Amino acid sequence: MTNFRDHMGRPIVAVTGIGVVTSLGVGKADNWAALTSGKSGIHPITRFPVDHLNTRISGMVDFLDSSSKGASPLTYELAETAAHEAVAESGLDSSDFGGPLFLASPPVELDWHERFSLYNSDSQDAGAERLLRVARALKELDIFETTQFGSIADRLADRFGTRGLPITLSTACASGATAIQLGVEAIRRGECDRALSIGADGSATAEALIRFSLLSALSTHNDIPEKASKPFSKDRDGFVLAEGSGALVLESLEAALARGATVLGILRGCGEKADDFHRTRSKPDGSPAIAAVRAALADAGLSKDEIDYVNAHGTSTPENDKMEHLSLSTVFGERIGSMPVSSNKSMIGHTLSAAGAVEAAFSLMTMRESVIPPTINYDNPDPAIVLDVVPNKKRNAEVRSVLSNSFGFGGQNTCLVMAREPV
Amino acid sequence: MSSPRDVVITGIGLVSSLGEGPDAHWQKLAQPGLQPVLETARFAPYTVHPLPEIDWNLQIAKRGDQRQMETWQRLGTYAAGLALDDAGIKGNDELCTTMDMVVAAGGGERDEAVDAAILAASESRNDRDVLLNEKLTTELRPTLFLAQLSNLLAGNISIVHKVTGSSRTFMGEEGAGVSAVETAAARIRSGQSTHVLVGGAFQTEHSDMLLGYELAGYLHRGPWKPVWQRQGAAGGGVVSGSGGAFLVLEQREHAVSRGRRIYAELGPVVSGRARRSRGELDAEIAGLLIRAALPNGKLLAMSGASGAHAATSAEKTALDANPAIAARGFSTLTGHMKEAQFPFAVALAALAVDRKAAYPVFDAAAEKPFEGIPASVLATAIGYHQFEGMALVKSA
Repeated sequence: MTNFRDHMGRPIVAVTGIGVVTSLGVGKADNWAALTSGKSGIHPITRFPVDHLNTRISGMVDFLDSSSKGASPLTYELAETAAHEAVAESGLDSSDFGGPLFLASPPVELDWHERFSLYNSDSQDAGAERLLRVARALKELDIFETTQFGSIADRLADRFGTRGLPITLSTACASGATAIQLGVEAIRRGECDRALSIGADGSATAEALIRFSLLSALSTHNDIPEKASKPFSKDRDGFVLAEGSGALVLESLEAALARGATVLGILRGCGEKADDFHRTRSKPDGSPAIAAVRAALADAGLSKDEIDYVNAHGTSTPENDKMEHLSLSTVFGERIGSMPVSSNKSMIGHTLSAAGAVEAAFSLMTMRESVIPPTINYDNPDPAIVLDVVPNKKRNAEVRSVLSNSFGFGGQNTCLVMAREPV
Repeated sequence: MSSPRDVVITGIGLVSSLGEGPDAHWQKLAQPGLQPVLETARFAPYTVHPLPEIDWNLQIAKRGDQRQMETWQRLGTYAAGLALDDAGIKGNDELCTTMDMVVAAGGGERDEAVDAAILAASESRNDRDVLLNEKLTTELRPTLFLAQLSNLLAGNISIVHKVTGSSRTFMGEEGAGVSAVETAAARIRSGQSTHVLVGGAFQTEHSDMLLGYELAGYLHRGPWKPVWQRQGAAGGGVVSGSGGAFLVLEQREHAVSRGRRIYAELGPVVSGRARRSRGELDAEIAGLLIRAALPNGKLLAMSGASGAHAATSAEKTALDANPAIAARGFSTLTGHMKEAQFPFAVALAALAVDRKAAYPVFDAAAEKPFEGIPASVLATAIGYHQFEGMALVKSA
């Protein structure tokens, strides 16, 4: 008889559907083929002019209908596309999902194109006064909805028939992992048998790029875009802004098996710890990230020796990669030098609010396919970071368990532990 | 019957146009005929309830920290500090590092001067995308991005108050506040958390915050009126207010073991998403009232009604249909505080339970008196546009 409870007596949470979109393409098949052949999705920016910009490359998703329509429509389409793939794979009803929705998505703002067009549709007075006057005469709700933080989730809830009040969340670069964690926790508390967790980010606007540039967070290696994201390399100089989405259908193992679903993996543990040091830098001793990793292991009921592979946060910023190495080597000790640790971001860039969900999707595929995607652009190793980053070429390997890290600006750190088998 | 895993409220941090702290709010709101604090000129034709004068140093000791936040983050960090102080948690390392946090956040306090200059320049240029790059790369303060970013209210609470157990930020107007309280309570009931900081803030004195309502024509215009009396007046019925509300929710056993004063118990927290375009709002509100497990007998309700015509009218009809309910539309006196609205409603409900007295009517024409001791008080937030929630607050 299958045991449906974990080491703490909680329902075991299975994954029964996975969906993903990145600059490498739509869907698991295209993404996995590209990812395992070491292909980069980073390319020159064409969505808007790059005059005056220090960074002129990104991992934007330029091939969807909404790609040029602004952050809110694109984020919705990314979320919808990934969720559709995940729900279809799970075999559940894609218009009557019947469980709660957890959406990680970027904060919304009135798009500059809308701002310009509202402003220039009138000529009386100026500034905010004019915008407000034009705004209150609008007859349609379309623009309004792009400015409401809950609207994307509301539309997704309509589309998929999820249950109850959908939760839209942000924990910066950890958001996607937090969305999964919230789904896991809801199932463990017995509030539901299934949950739909999505991370989606289509917010790579000019202003977003400029904001990160002003924080000196972005790579400026514009000349060879596919070489710009180089986690753990000595000459890494920042992350590459990117878009994407990942979606998981989470179910209690018991409910999944009862309806004959295929179990794609187990969401075994989640851990988090907030940093109180600084808005963009982590505590010098790495203690919050270390605590987050340890909390995830403890929650999963696994010892550090039972993790086969680490799907790193690996942003390619000088700060993150150094700190991530420090925390991993503190937790895993000497073993870290021989344990595979790779960064998907070397190929897809940093998909921000989506990253935790996209990388969870890839972690699950890593276990299912017994193939570890490489860290590409690893031509100039940082001697201070001794890791087996699975350099440049995929590796065939049995992977029974994965730790996936997500560390965010604002100090929000979330780690997920996934396993191939229930026990 | 009380249980060790009940959720109890042990700390309240409030800021609104009426002042700061639970005592100041109780004293003001208990006065019959209290007049609202209104700012009618600065954003005309809109009226707002402005922030009171605040000495930020009292909760955010470092000027450097204050400078890293726009007003909304500062306000939330301040209100969170008030709640932590009130619960005897502030400065206690052991309690802060194990404390979980769920913040309901908006964000987007943009630089109005930079935006206005870009818009003005756009009138004479067709290459607006290039204009944007030119201006934003040179005029934006580098630190502004983080100072207005949604998840950085929680980030600042971690930095300033050292709350570091876990940190989640929920977005989505009133619904975010509802989900934040609901999730925090569920964590405590299931034993996942022993004490959680939950709440939100809203700083309305910024044109983009008004625009967030007015793109759908939600704001009330013309002379101010109480929240229940705006149907038919110019505009959409919402008068917004700046404010913040944070609660310390705690497992009963945890609160008792450290000898803390308990304001009230937080009973059922229920939420929903009516598909309003299909006319589901009335049924949704009725369903929430049932799920909130209202006690027998008369009941005080702290209503977070925004004034938005359709939602407010639906809520009023539902509350009026139950003769036992005496509602208080607190937006009449504070304005609508968006993400903070539901935590604020729960806080006011807890205060009435704790003080064993009801609030007088805030609007004599639309509300009825409540005599006696309110052993339970309902808190509501029916979103001005979407999402609904309620909670029942009970004597501890």
